[in-house]
Amino acid sequence: MTNSTKNRIKDRIFNFIGIFATLIGIIILGFFIGSILYDGLTRIDWDFLNSLPSRKAEKAGILTAWSGSLWIVIFTFLVVVPLGIAAGIYLEEYGDKSKLSSLLEVNISNLAGVPSVIYGLLGLEIFVRLMNLGSSILAGSFTLALLVLPIIIVATREALKAVPPSIRAASYGLGATKWQTVWYQILPAAGGGILTGVILAISRAVGETAPLIVIGALAYVPFTPSSPMDEFTVLPIQIFNWISRPQHEFTINAAAAIIILLIITFIMNGIAVYFRNKWQKKINW
Amino acid sequence: MTQEKFIEFILKLSAIVTILTTIGILYVLLSESISFFKEVSIIEFLTNKEWTPLFVKKNFGILPLVTGTLLTTFIAVSVALPVGITIAIYLSEYANKKFKKITKPLLEILAAVPTVVYGFFALAVVTPFLQSFIPNLSGFNSLSAGIVMGIMIIPYVSSLSEDALSAVPKSLRNASYGMGATRLQTSFRVMVPAASSGIIVSVILAFSRAIGETMIVAIAAGQQPRLTVDPTVPISTITAYIVQVAKGDVPHNSLEYKTIFAAGISLFILTFLLNNISFYIRKKFREQYD
Amino acid sequence: MKTKIEAKNIDVFYGDFQALRNINMQFEENAVTALIGPSGCGKSTYLRLFNRMNDYIDSFNMNGEIVIDGKNIYEKNVLVDELRKGIGMVFQKPNPFPKSIFENVSYGLKIQGIKDKDFLNRRVRKALEQSALWDEVKNDLDKSALALSGGQQQRLCIARTLAVEPKILLMDEPTSALDPIATAKVEELIHQLKEKYTIIIVTHNMQQASRISDFTAFFYMGDLIEYDKTDTIFTKPKNERTQNYITGRFG
Ligand SMILES: Nc1ncnc2c1ncn2[C@@H]1O[C@H](COP(=O)(O)OP(=O)(O)OP(=O)(O)O)[C@@H](O)[C@H]1O
Ligand SMILES: [Mg+2]
Repeated sequence: MTNSTKNRIKDRIFNFIGIFATLIGIIILGFFIGSILYDGLTRIDWDFLNSLPSRKAEKAGILTAWSGSLWIVIFTFLVVVPLGIAAGIYLEEYGDKSKLSSLLEVNISNLAGVPSVIYGLLGLEIFVRLMNLGSSILAGSFTLALLVLPIIIVATREALKAVPPSIRAASYGLGATKWQTVWYQILPAAGGGILTGVILAISRAVGETAPLIVIGALAYVPFTPSSPMDEFTVLPIQIFNWISRPQHEFTINAAAAIIILLIITFIMNGIAVYFRNKWQKKINW
Repeated sequence: MTQEKFIEFILKLSAIVTILTTIGILYVLLSESISFFKEVSIIEFLTNKEWTPLFVKKNFGILPLVTGTLLTTFIAVSVALPVGITIAIYLSEYANKKFKKITKPLLEILAAVPTVVYGFFALAVVTPFLQSFIPNLSGFNSLSAGIVMGIMIIPYVSSLSEDALSAVPKSLRNASYGMGATRLQTSFRVMVPAASSGIIVSVILAFSRAIGETMIVAIAAGQQPRLTVDPTVPISTITAYIVQVAKGDVPHNSLEYKTIFAAGISLFILTFLLNNISFYIRKKFREQYD
Repeated sequence: MKTKIEAKNIDVFYGDFQALRNINMQFEENAVTALIGPSGCGKSTYLRLFNRMNDYIDSFNMNGEIVIDGKNIYEKNVLVDELRKGIGMVFQKPNPFPKSIFENVSYGLKIQGIKDKDFLNRRVRKALEQSALWDEVKNDLDKSALALSGGQQQRLCIARTLAVEPKILLMDEPTSALDPIATAKVEELIHQLKEKYTIIIVTHNMQQASRISDFTAFFYMGDLIEYDKTDTIFTKPKNERTQNYITGRFG
């Protein structure tokens, strides 16, 4: 065999290895999801979604868990979306070359790399204890809001950056102030990109477990929350709790709850990808 | 104050929240660990080979947690690194547009799945599966936790490495093809070396991500601090320990309570160092192509 | 004739690089003044001085005064956005907002706080008529401006600046991205507009300058070489470099 045919064969082999590597993770995940569906799908029914937790696996449901997750998501959203977009606008549109701006930038990249349990410790000391919120929905939402804040800031900045400078020039040229330009032209043009970031951030918040455990969210909450100061549990904590039980029935409950959690996660990510594609097409004017 | 100035002030304040967050994290970690180290000497913390703060006979050596953390991390990275880099090379040098368009969002799903789900996967599927090859594999172990964590961080490695590869000037690639090199030779002899700093960044960030990962190890690795490099036995990690203590009813201001902050600051320092090394490399790397 | 704008001892720097050197010039009211000169000689830089659009460039620095209606616009207490409301600018490439035609044209009024629907409708119509676009778009005012052709987009951008009824129009190569027919329409438009507006236009097209302008200024590497009536510049220029440039011998 000549050297060049050998090389060509190697090239072909790597082609297969590449496809294999790309798909292996997805295939394993698919296999896993299949086995979870097999375990948990039959467990999902109206009662499962609408029952309080119980010591008996067959009677236990995820009502408190999903309603807790819903409360947490709503309050996290209310806090982090205005905060993150405002901070993103400041850094991209107002930030100059001052010390503050570069400090903010370095700081945000660092925050994005801080492990989520650490945010839990922050929330535990500051929100739960110092601000005396207890292990409430509000404390949980604040904690998660800080955790996903960098995601929204970064997405906002990327989206603003993609808006062509000619739009700014046109607006300023007509006598618009900086804020008018941002509010009427730049933000709407960047909307799709920001929306994508927001959905991804919220999807992340839905799936977070560790920081909420650390701030003292309970595994067993026998009531649905009725105010932001109530104690709570969330879907991932409920899952964690069921996984930790040795009985097989609870494992099935865990599988069923995982199906629900994955559906939520996949729908949100799907929507995010959809908006991103749509927006990327639009931004190329 | 004019309206414009007022708005700018509000925006600035929002940005400053991020700095307050950092200050908050540092304050919380430092103040609680300082009071921890008033009761436990740093020497003991760094050299004692046992970590048993919740037992009657208390030991406060962080080493078992650190080795547990590093053990799962190394397993995860040795899964994610070859797979992730192969994916990056394949997607940037071989794959057609359509394949890329379909697989990239699919790969992102790997990073989007909640970690508690991966924990379940490791415990309920991977461990039983591995036990059929490794009979003495314990029901809780770092091997399956590490492998599953590795699957989770594949997209971090692949997307950052792919960015690095696509930042290499086209002329370099064309020059290699022009000399009659195959794609494989071009990939490994030209592209990968040229993109090496970006690839290193992706690896460091993968390390950092794995070190901070909590739920997979808390569920599947056993929550038993043990100074070992044996991947088949139960261990604990820094993160898993924090969750384990927080889950229980430890009275605050007790020494047990403070241990999670001492553990937390160790974790923070580890990830902070890794993140900043990667920023530094990335910055150098940017200058290189500007 | 009355002087509308006066540039006094203008120097402009980008960092260490001097882009304009000691420029002194007076612009007549209700006249079209063309700025010509080879690429990079500082025409756009000069034009952007009149509505302070250079302010956004970090390395930008200047000396001298731009006096409009007797007032130096670079004085400290000048409100830049107020200033720009009276000075329209049309850019080289059409840059409509990614919004409807109506929203594009009414934007300048909207940011002045005008909400009266009837008034907005009337102004939008008038501006579109002035820019000779009304007949083409009157049934599609809610359509995206991005769906228009390049020439239509540029006329839309002109309408957008006319809607706020400025006194001065700055145009930076407004026809360079347009085909001959669209160019003719814009030139026709400029011709009509000069009755009411003071217009400064940058152009690389000598015929265009001679067709539409009353005065012409020739720049070369940051210096104002010659400034006179357009007729004079194109028939008997005093400076040899001007002569060479307008006859196409360099540039
Ligand atoms: N933002 C900037 N930063 C630094 N230098 C600049 C900047 N803008 C322009 N210059 C420089 O200033 C000089 C004048 O530029 P200007 O754009 O005014 O030229 P022009 O006459 O409009 O050219 P053209 O006919 O190509 O549009 C050029 O040498 C250019 O490189
Ligand atoms: Mg120019």
